[in-house]
Amino acid sequence: MEDHILSIVWLTPLVGMFLLLLIPKEKKQFIRYAANIVGFIGFLVSLPLVFWFDKADGNFQYRERLSWIPSLGVEYHLGIDGISLLLIMLTTVVGFLAILSSWSAIQDRVKEYYAFLLFLQAGMLGVFMALDLFLFYFFWEIMLVPMYFIIGIWGSDRRLYAAIKFFLYTLAGSVLMLLAMLALYFQHHEQFGVYTFALEDLMKTNLPIDLQIWLFWGFFFAFAIKVPMFPFHTWLPDAHTEAPTAGSAILAGILLKMGLYGLVRFSIPLLPEGASAPSTVQVIAALSIIAIIYGALVSLMQKDWKRLVAYSSVSHLGFCTLGLIALNPNGIAGSVLQGINHGISTPLLFLVVGVVYERRHSRLISEYGGLSNRMPVYTVLFAISMLASAGMPGLNGFIGEFAILRGVLEKNVWWAACAVLGIVLGAAYLLWLFQRTMLGPITNTKNEGLKDLSLREICVMVPLILWCFWIGLYPKPYFEILDKPVAKVVERVDPGYFARNGLPNPLENDKQLAELVK
Amino acid sequence: MNQAFDIGSFFTATDFFALKPAILLCLFGCGILMMDFLIRDNRFRWLNAMTAVLGELFVGLAVWQHHSDLVGNNIAERTALNGALVVDGFSVFFNAIFVGSTILAIIISAKYLEQEGEHRGEYYALMLFAQAGMSILAAGHELVTLFVGLELMSLSFFVLVGFLRSDKRSNEAAIKYLLLGAFSSGLLAYGFSLFYGMSGSTLLRDVAAAVAERDAGDPMLLLAMITTSVGLLFKISAVPFHMWAPDVYEGAPTPITAYVSVASKAASFALLIRIFLVPLADARDLWIPMLAAVALVTMTLGNIAAITQENMKRLLAYSSISHAGYILLGLVAANETGLKGIFVYLLVYMFMNFGAFALLVMMRREGQAAEDVEDFSGLIHTHPGYAILMLIFLLSLAGIPPTAGFYGKYFIFLALIETGHYVLAVFAALYVAVAAYYYFRIVRVMFLSRDAEPASVVPGWGARVALVASGVFTLWIGLYPEPFIRLAADSILLPLR
Repeated sequence: MEDHILSIVWLTPLVGMFLLLLIPKEKKQFIRYAANIVGFIGFLVSLPLVFWFDKADGNFQYRERLSWIPSLGVEYHLGIDGISLLLIMLTTVVGFLAILSSWSAIQDRVKEYYAFLLFLQAGMLGVFMALDLFLFYFFWEIMLVPMYFIIGIWGSDRRLYAAIKFFLYTLAGSVLMLLAMLALYFQHHEQFGVYTFALEDLMKTNLPIDLQIWLFWGFFFAFAIKVPMFPFHTWLPDAHTEAPTAGSAILAGILLKMGLYGLVRFSIPLLPEGASAPSTVQVIAALSIIAIIYGALVSLMQKDWKRLVAYSSVSHLGFCTLGLIALNPNGIAGSVLQGINHGISTPLLFLVVGVVYERRHSRLISEYGGLSNRMPVYTVLFAISMLASAGMPGLNGFIGEFAILRGVLEKNVWWAACAVLGIVLGAAYLLWLFQRTMLGPITNTKNEGLKDLSLREICVMVPLILWCFWIGLYPKPYFEILDKPVAKVVERVDPGYFARNGLPNPLENDKQLAELVK
Repeated sequence: MNQAFDIGSFFTATDFFALKPAILLCLFGCGILMMDFLIRDNRFRWLNAMTAVLGELFVGLAVWQHHSDLVGNNIAERTALNGALVVDGFSVFFNAIFVGSTILAIIISAKYLEQEGEHRGEYYALMLFAQAGMSILAAGHELVTLFVGLELMSLSFFVLVGFLRSDKRSNEAAIKYLLLGAFSSGLLAYGFSLFYGMSGSTLLRDVAAAVAERDAGDPMLLLAMITTSVGLLFKISAVPFHMWAPDVYEGAPTPITAYVSVASKAASFALLIRIFLVPLADARDLWIPMLAAVALVTMTLGNIAAITQENMKRLLAYSSISHAGYILLGLVAANETGLKGIFVYLLVYMFMNFGAFALLVMMRREGQAAEDVEDFSGLIHTHPGYAILMLIFLLSLAGIPPTAGFYGKYFIFLALIETGHYVLAVFAALYVAVAAYYYFRIVRVMFLSRDAEPASVVPGWGARVALVASGVFTLWIGLYPEPFIRLAADSILLPLR
C-alpha cells in the first residue's frame, strides 16, 4: 500500500472518471453524487501521504520506479518531497471543493463536466509527483485538454476565445520546454552514455554556463506562461474570467502553481548556474516587480468582479516568483508557502464571486452594493477571504508575504520596497472591492431578494477558511516540511550559503543528501 | 553456344522471394479485374474489396517472410536481381506501412463507392497495382527499377484520383495530378540520367561512388541533385512544389485522398531517403541546407494556409503538407534519431490520418458527401463515440501526448537538437501551437458549437473497423510506444546503423 500510494492517489480520479462515464447521462443527480463521492475519496486517499510523511527525511519519499519506454530511457518514476506534498494536498482539497461547488452551477452536460474535472485532477496530481522529466511533460500536456473543454463548454460569453487562447499559450510554452528537456537529455547522454529523463541523474550533467542560461530560458517560457509572469499573463484574465467558478478555482488554485513548482523543482535545481546568473536573476526580478505593481494597478481599475480577482493573481504570483529568485531559504520557502496560500484564498474569492453570479448572472461590480444587508454569512466569509488574500496578520497571506519579504530584503532592498508597495495596493483594491459590493445601503433593487449562502456553499468555503487560519496562526509545521527540500534547492544554486551566513545547515546530518546536491 | 537456356540464371529463387509482394499484388489485381466481370449484381461488388483484402493478407505474409528471413539468418539485407532490389529492414518497414494503409483504404472505400455510384472492380485493382509500385520503390536499389516503381504507382493514382467520373472536381484533380506528376517525373528522370552519365551505371552504389569522387561545387552534380530533388519534393508535396496537393486532395474520392496522403507519401519518402542517403550521401553538405530551407517553408506555408480552410479535405491537405515538412526535418538531421523519427512519424501518421479520413468518409448531408468543417458541428451530441475518436486523431495530428503523434515530433525535435539545428527546432516546436489552432477549430465545432445542424453519419462496417483500429493504435502507440520504436530502430538504412 505504502509503496504504491502515489499511484493510487493520482489514479483514483481517473478510475472515478471511467466509472462516471458508465452512468447514463440523463441521471444527472446520480452523476453529481458519484462525482462528489469520487472527489471525496480522492481527498481521503491522499491523507495517508501526510501521516506517513517523514519530515526529517529530505529525500523523495513514497518512490515508485518502473521502466516504461526503455529504448528512450523513460521511466514511470514518482516521488514527493515537502514541496510536492503541500501542493498535492492543495490539489486534492481544492479539487474536491471545486466539484462540490459545481452542484447547482452546472446544469448542462453534467456528465462530461465531471468527467473532465476528474481527468484534470488526475493530470495535475501527476505533475506534482513525476520525477521523470518525460513523465512530467506527459502529465503537463494531458491536463490542457480537459481545461480547454471546461472553459470552452461551461464558460461565459467569450468562452471560445478564452479557451483557445489558454490552450495555445500553454502549448507554445510547453513545446519550448520539451526542446530544453531534450537538449538536457542529449547532453547527459553525451557525458554519461545513458539516455535518461530521471531528474536526479540529469542533475549530475555538467553544462557550460551559456548552455545553462539558454536552457533555463527554454524551461522558463513554459513555466512563466503558466505562472503567469508579466508579459505572458494575457491569457489569464480571459481564461479566469470566462471559466465556470470551479474552473477558475482550479485554474487559480492549482494550475498556476504548476508553473511555480516547475521553476523550483526543475529549472533551478537542473540549471543552477543558469538560474543564478545575474542576467537571469535581474530579468526575473524585474518582471516579478512589474507583475506585482501592474497586476495591482490593473485590479484597481476593473469593473468586472471576477476579472479583478484574476488580475490579483498576477500580482500575487509576482510575489512568489520574486521570492523564488531571491534564491535564499526564506525567499523560496516563502514563495512555496505563498503559492499554497494563494491556492487557498484565490479559489475562495472565486467561489465568492460564483455565489452571486449564480444568483444574478452578472459579474459587474456596479451591479452590486450593500449585499451585507441581505447576506450576512456571505459577507463574513468574503471578508475573511479578502483579508487572507490581502495579507492580514493572523491569516495565511501574511505569513507567506512576510517570509518572502525577509528573503527579498536579504537580497536587495529596492526589490523589497517595490514589493511592499504591491502589498499596499493589494489591500487597496481588495478593500475597495469589499466596500463597493458589501457595505452601505442596497443600491440595486434586483439584489433585494438575494438569498444567503446555502449549507452546501458554506461547506465548500469553510474548510478553506479554516485552512487560512491554520497557516496564519500556526505555520510552523509548514516551514518544517519545507525546510529540507528548500535547503536542497538553496545549496544547489548557491553552494555554501548556510556556512557563509552562519546558519545551521538542515542537510548537515544527511551525508547522502548533501552529496546529491553537489 | 549450345548451352541450354536456363531461366534460373536470370530469375533465381531469391529474386522471386524479393519480388513476391509485388508479384502477389499484380496477380490479385488482375484477378479482381476478371472477377469483376463475373459479378452481375451490384450488391455483391464488395466481394472485390474482400478479395483485395485477402490479397493484402498474402502480401503481409510475404513481407513477414522477408522479416523472418532477415532476422532468422541474422543478415542485414538480401540482394536480388543483380542488385536492383534489396530486401532489408527499410523495405520491410515500408512494405508493412503500405499493407496497413492499403487495407485501411480498401475497407473505407466499399460503402463510399456504393454511395457515389462508382463501385467497380478496377478501383481495387488499381490500388493493388499502385501498391506494387510502392513495394518496388521501397526495395529498389537501381535507378530504372525505382523509376518504373514510381511510375507504376503514379499512373495508378492518376486514374484513382479521377475515379468519380461524373464529378467535375474529381476530373479536374486527375488532370492536374497527371500534368504536374508527369512534369515532376520528367525532372526526376532527367536527374537520374545525369547520375547515369556521371557513373556509367544505374546501380545506386556505383552512383554513390561516382558522386563521392566529385567536388562539392561540381556543376554536373549540382544539376543532377537539383533536378532529382525537385522531382522528389513534388512527390511529397513540399513547398514550393505543393500546389497540386490541395486540389487533388479535395477532388479525389475521399478514401483515395487518405491513401494518397499516407501511402503515396510514405513511398515517395522511401525513395527520397534512399536517393539522399545512398547516392548523394557524400554531397550532404550541399543538400542539408537546401532541405532545411524547404522544410521550414513547407511547415510555415502548410500550417498557415490550413488555418483558413473551410473544407475538411483541403484542411487535411495543408496539414499533410506541414507534416511533410516535419518529416523532412528528420532527413535534415540525417542521423539515426532523425531516421527513427521519420519511420515513427510515417507509422503514426498512417493511423491518425486514416482515422480522421475514416470518419470523414462516413459523413453525409442530403445524400452528398459532407466535407466541410461545419458538418462536424455538435458531433458530440449525436455520436459521442466518433467525436471522441476524432478528438484523439486531432490531438495526435497536433502532436499532443498521450497520443501517437507526439512520438513522431519527439524524435524529430531530438534529432534536430542532436545535430545542432536549434533555430529549426524552435520553429518546428512553435508551429505545433499554430497547428493546434486549426485542429482545435474542428474540436471546437464538434464539442462546443451548438448552432449548425450536424451532418448525418452513415457508417459502413469497413469504415467503422478502420476508425476503431486507428483509434486503438493511436492510443496504444501514445501510451506504450516501445515495440514500435524498436521496430523503427531496426529499420534504419544500413549506412547509418
